[in-house]
Amino acid sequence: MQKPTYNNADLEVRSLDTMCVNESALEHRWYHNLKYLTVGVFFGIVFIKAEVISWFRIQEMFRLQSFHMYGIIGSAILVAMASIFLIKKFRAKTIYGEEIVFHDKKFNKGQIYGGLIFGLGWALTGACPGPLFAQIGTGATAVAVTLLSAIAGTWIYGYFREKLPH
Amino acid sequence: MTDLLSWPWYVAGPLIGLTVPALLILGNKSFGISSSLRHICASCLPSGIPFFKYNWQKEIWNLVFVLGILIGGIISVTLLSSPQAVNVHPDLVQELAGYGITDYSNLVPVELMNWESLFTARGLIMMVGGGLLVGFGTRYAGGCTSGHSIMGIANLQLPSLIATVFFMIGGFIMANFILPLILSL
Repeated sequence: MQKPTYNNADLEVRSLDTMCVNESALEHRWYHNLKYLTVGVFFGIVFIKAEVISWFRIQEMFRLQSFHMYGIIGSAILVAMASIFLIKKFRAKTIYGEEIVFHDKKFNKGQIYGGLIFGLGWALTGACPGPLFAQIGTGATAVAVTLLSAIAGTWIYGYFREKLPH
Repeated sequence: MTDLLSWPWYVAGPLIGLTVPALLILGNKSFGISSSLRHICASCLPSGIPFFKYNWQKEIWNLVFVLGILIGGIISVTLLSSPQAVNVHPDLVQELAGYGITDYSNLVPVELMNWESLFTARGLIMMVGGGLLVGFGTRYAGGCTSGHSIMGIANLQLPSLIATVFFMIGGFIMANFILPLILSL
């Protein structure tokens, strides 16, 4: 068991960035991460089988030509919302018996500026970060360039973070 | 037997939504994918930037999760029947044909996103420029479609709803006004 080394200010920054702030007090062996691998695999398969990662589907969405993507995002939100409601209502615990905690997000202008910038990139690449990984898996190896570029974009944000309006 | 290979939205959407409780119950993890890009920066090139100085090892689960997504992609195209030509709206087909995009055999437009097109203005803007916007924007906004639009809105977070509205506005602007110019290059 290791004591968290973060101070409060750091937690603030981390929750701002939707990092995992639900730090588990439990220390696990590496193979415990395999369960996240499994969830990721299922998730990736759904992405592809439902064409969520299709550049064409994203174009259709932003041209209001199809309900497909709206249906997927909308029903995903509803199912997630119901799940969170039930978890809170019944105070469900994790498989390790820990209490499941949620953190509120704070508003800052980054959600507007950054949101717009991401939206531009979303329609251009036809992918948000998750689908980038799935696209590469399908053999579209050139998308690795887009992924590296996205990592670079994240790095540039980190570099200029203090100078940007938030 | 028209389109059994492509799952309808009412099957895929709920399955994606179930990822949220799955991650919470498996280990108290909030659903969010763009954070993985930050962890990669922190683990590879922190460069003394405060934003990348944290214990990224504690977030390895997130990197394992995205590795799973990549493997899911491989499994889908090798073991499960590979996706057929994407069936999209005829108006879009017509519009894209005007830019010489006619190949729907892959989920990404192979005529736009391949190694050769990296050396064209169009391909460079779309792949490198688009990637930069995605990486920069998601971190600036504090999340992407998974962290804000699904996890955030499902947890009734107003900032996430605001972010999602601006994701959509940016997407509409790009797809309808800027992308046509880029595709004409």
